[in-house]
Formats: sequence, structure tokens, C-alpha cells
Amino acid sequence: MTPLFRLSATEIRRRVADRSLSAEEVTRAHLDRVGAVEPRLDTLLLPLADRALDRARRLDQALASGEPAPALAGVPVVLKDVLDLEGVPTTCGSRILEGYRPPFTATAVERLEAAGAIVLAKANMDEFAMGSSTENSAYKKTRNPWDLERVPGGSSGGSAAAVAAGMAALALGTDTGGSIRQPAALCGVVGLKPTYGRVSRYGVVAFASSLDQVGPLARTVEDAALAASVICGPDPCDATSAAVEVPDFAAASAQAPRGLRVGVPWRFLEEGVEAGTMDAFRRSLALLEGAGARIVDVALPHLPHAVATYYIVATAEASSNLARFDGVRYGLRRPAPDLLGMYGQSRDHGFGPEVKRRIILGTFVLSTGYYDAYYLRAQKVRTLIRRDFEQAFASCDVVATPTTPTPAFRLGEKTEDPLQMYLADIFTVPASLAGIPAISVPCGLASGLPVGLQLLARPFDETTLLQAAHAYEAAAGLGLSPPL
Amino acid sequence: MNSPGQPMARATVATVDHVARLARLSLSDEERETFARQLDQILAYAESIQTLDTAGVEPMSHAAARQSFRDDVVRPGLLRATVLEGAPDAAEGLFRAPRILAG
Repeated sequence: MTPLFRLSATEIRRRVADRSLSAEEVTRAHLDRVGAVEPRLDTLLLPLADRALDRARRLDQALASGEPAPALAGVPVVLKDVLDLEGVPTTCGSRILEGYRPPFTATAVERLEAAGAIVLAKANMDEFAMGSSTENSAYKKTRNPWDLERVPGGSSGGSAAAVAAGMAALALGTDTGGSIRQPAALCGVVGLKPTYGRVSRYGVVAFASSLDQVGPLARTVEDAALAASVICGPDPCDATSAAVEVPDFAAASAQAPRGLRVGVPWRFLEEGVEAGTMDAFRRSLALLEGAGARIVDVALPHLPHAVATYYIVATAEASSNLARFDGVRYGLRRPAPDLLGMYGQSRDHGFGPEVKRRIILGTFVLSTGYYDAYYLRAQKVRTLIRRDFEQAFASCDVVATPTTPTPAFRLGEKTEDPLQMYLADIFTVPASLAGIPAISVPCGLASGLPVGLQLLARPFDETTLLQAAHAYEAAAGLGLSPPL
Repeated sequence: MNSPGQPMARATVATVDHVARLARLSLSDEERETFARQLDQILAYAESIQTLDTAGVEPMSHAAARQSFRDDVVRPGLLRATVLEGAPDAAEGLFRAPRILAG
């Protein structure tokens, strides 16, 4: 019999709804799994076992009294610790938020809980979501369930590793330049970054507001689609949330895409992709072709400039957003005789090296004399990148690339060289800059490590994106799970 | 200020000092040197965007396609006491901060 911690969210919901399984049993099974594997993985920052069991029992009582089962009834989830849950500490992986308890709940989390999902824990992350390995967490280093000496990716590394290891069927992460897709790829799970504006950012600690997007991590495309239908939709608390109808993504994604055209930017993939990753990518294209898709070449000529553009735009916004951490209203304060001293000391002690590096870079590109050459120019290149995609989508329905140029790297391998770490985001930042939806789906192993296939689609066309991902997943039939 | 063909911006410890002051960061000497070296490296890499022709291209500040605004009606906000619970130092219903002016 399949252990409960291996069940998909869809299956858990079905069995909790028909009452062949209680939410409490499911919750206990996952908490036991946490107990068994967490000591080796360090994925979590704050377990919420009592709260989870209490809510599971209340759900069971509601179902017993005849209430209808909501869309995620009894599904265990973990939350990246950038998402607020009222009264429960949010650290964002940073010392500067030590002791902070938000007086509100993020809209995406509120919707998950209203749909019957059971929050088990807050998950580890790179500080302020800045990083590609989760090594920038001020609290712990999370390990990849496939190889404990390797990183889980980042910044939603705790969320991805927890889902891969069966500690939760679902997780929420955030993706600013790839922070859902890249760890999903490195841990062998599905990660969806919806279109910018699909999910409310209310209650999500801001990194780069024009790029930040909440999304699900799951073990199947269907589960990611199910979660997306719950969390997407306009929110009066976030004016950038889009007033666009949300379809039943799970139902829509189960339908086979008709005459799917898959665009591949071959020129952009000529260099720098590790051989095993490229092999897995080519095999996945062949499978898509076998499933009826047509592979076409697309140009996307400005993609080689995406990493530079991203690290200017994102750090500029971050330097502005992180100005709020000043030791006055919440979080860490270091005493000093005057206000400027207190600001400087609190921020120097509260922020880790990567966050400081990005504040320095972001402040530089916005400063007098450099604004036009860096920030303004990067915003213009961002327009060119968006236009590239508009042109590409005239001749294809989805664009495909590997999610990352290499599988999971070793702990410590890139920590001394920030630029090398940034270049790990080369395939994920373009969709973030363009604001389009993107997904990473497991597409096999290279030297025993998971590889991700990334698909991108037109704005608000998650349906086609999920259909293509689902068609690939069905054709590949991998069902990978780590050797834990 | 930088256009194609002109020498690129170089970052030094003085650059980092200036920027850190703007960003209200008190850095250690080691941090100042490390960040100067790394900022210089990153800017050298980012120099690639200076080669692109961006004449007549509108800057893109966000990707928000269809924004949603709520009705402008009065709603209850957070209670003052709730907000002050998170403050490192609060007194008489206010946030307390160190003196702003010296002396």
C-alpha cells in the first residue's frame, strides 16, 4: 500500500471528502514523515504541529456534520517563511525579523486554509528570497533530498525539499527570478509561477514588487493546478492583483492540448548547458513531439541580457523595499546613541551578506549619475525582452527550455562567487521580467540528480501551460522520488 | 552617462562607502572591500546591456496587466496596540526612537 505521505493532494482530497481517510490521519502521517526525515534535511524553520492537528480535527468534525468538502480538504502544506500567518512568526530567513509576528495573514494563505488545506510548518528560504541555493538563510542550510551534500536550490528551497521528501503534498513558494521553478527543478518536483498579478501579494514580504509572485510546488501537475485555482484571483488588498477570471485549472489541464506548438530558443541554449541536462531536455522534446506537439525554433534575441537586466531591476526594487527595516516599528534593533547610528547598526547586524550586497548594488544603480545608465536602461531592455516573447508567441503556444543550466550543485560550491550564483538563474529570469506564467516539470535524472523542463506561456494562459506540462508528464510517466 | 564605447563604471571602496551611507548600512572594513570587488565584477558583467540600442524604447516598470481597485470605503484597520506589540521600543502609544539631532 502506498504510504499516506506519498499520496497526491488530489488523492488526499478525494479520500478525505469521501471520508475513507480523516484529515487527522493524513496530518499525523505527514508529521511522522517530518520526524523521520527532517533531521537529515533541515527544510523547516517553524513546525506548527499542534495548530495543524487542531485544524485537521475541526475539519473532520465539519465533514462529519455533513458540510461539503472544500477543494483542498485535509491536504498538508508548508509555507515558505516569506508568507504571513497571523500571530505566527515570519522570519523571511533573516535575523532582522527575529521575533516579528505579523498581525495579518497573507491572502494566498487565507485562501489555502479556507479551502481546507492544513498548514504543517513554515519552510526555510534564502534571506528575503535572495539566492538560488537556500544557503543564504540566517538559520540553517537545507539539503537536497536526492543528495544530502547538494543544495535544494532557492530561494524556496525548504518548500521544494519538503514536497520532494513527502513531508507535505503541497507547498507555497514565491518566485521573483526563478525561486519556485529552480528549486522545483533541483528537487525533482513541479513548480508553478503564475502570471504576474494572478496571485495577491498581500501578506508576502516584498523583495522586488514588480516581479514577486506566489505559486505552488507539488509532486504532480494536477496538484499544482488544483492549488493554483485556489490561490489565484483578484484581492481588494493588492491593486496589482489582476481582475481576470480564474478557470478550474485542474479540470482544464487534464485535457490534451490540440496542435500544440513548442518554441525552443536553440541559439540561446548553444552554450553553458551541462550535457546530462541537455540530454534530458532533448528527450523531453521528443516525448512532446510523440504526444502530438510540433517543435519550432524561436529567436528571443535579448535573452542573453536577461540576467544583467534582472539583477539591476530586482536589486533596485529590493533596496527600496528593504529600507523599511529600520529597527523602529518591528524586528531587530541595535542600540545606538542617535537615530542614524541605530539604523546603520540594526541593518548591519540584521541583514546577511547577500542581502547587503543586493542593497549596495540596488542603491548604486538608482544613485545620481548611474540611474540612466543602469536602472532606466535595464527597464528599457526589460521592454525588449517582453517584446521578444510577444513575437515568439506569434509562432508558438509555449516556449521550452531547461529550467536550470545544471542539476543541483554542491553546498558551498558557489557561495564565494555571487556572479556564478546569479548565472544559475539564466533560464528562469526571462519569464519573471516579462511577467508571463512558467512551470518547471521533472524531466528525468542526470547523474542521479533531477532535471527540470521549463515551459512558458502567454500572460494569463496558465491553461495552455498546464495542459502542455500535463501532457508531457503523462507521456514521460516518471514518478520520481528521492532515495530517502 | 555611459554610452556604447565609453569606459564602464568601476566600483571602488569609495563607491561602496557612498552607497552604504545612502542605504543606511554600517559596514565593516572587510565588507567594504569584498563588496567593492564584487560590485565591480557584477557591473562589468552587466555592461552587456550598454551595447543594446534602446533608442525610442519605453521603460517597463511593471508587468501588471489588469489592476483591480477596491471601492473607497472606510474599513477597520489594525489596532494601534496590536501594531505596537511588534515594536522594539514603544511608549505612550508611540514608537520610540533614539534622538535625531546630536547634542
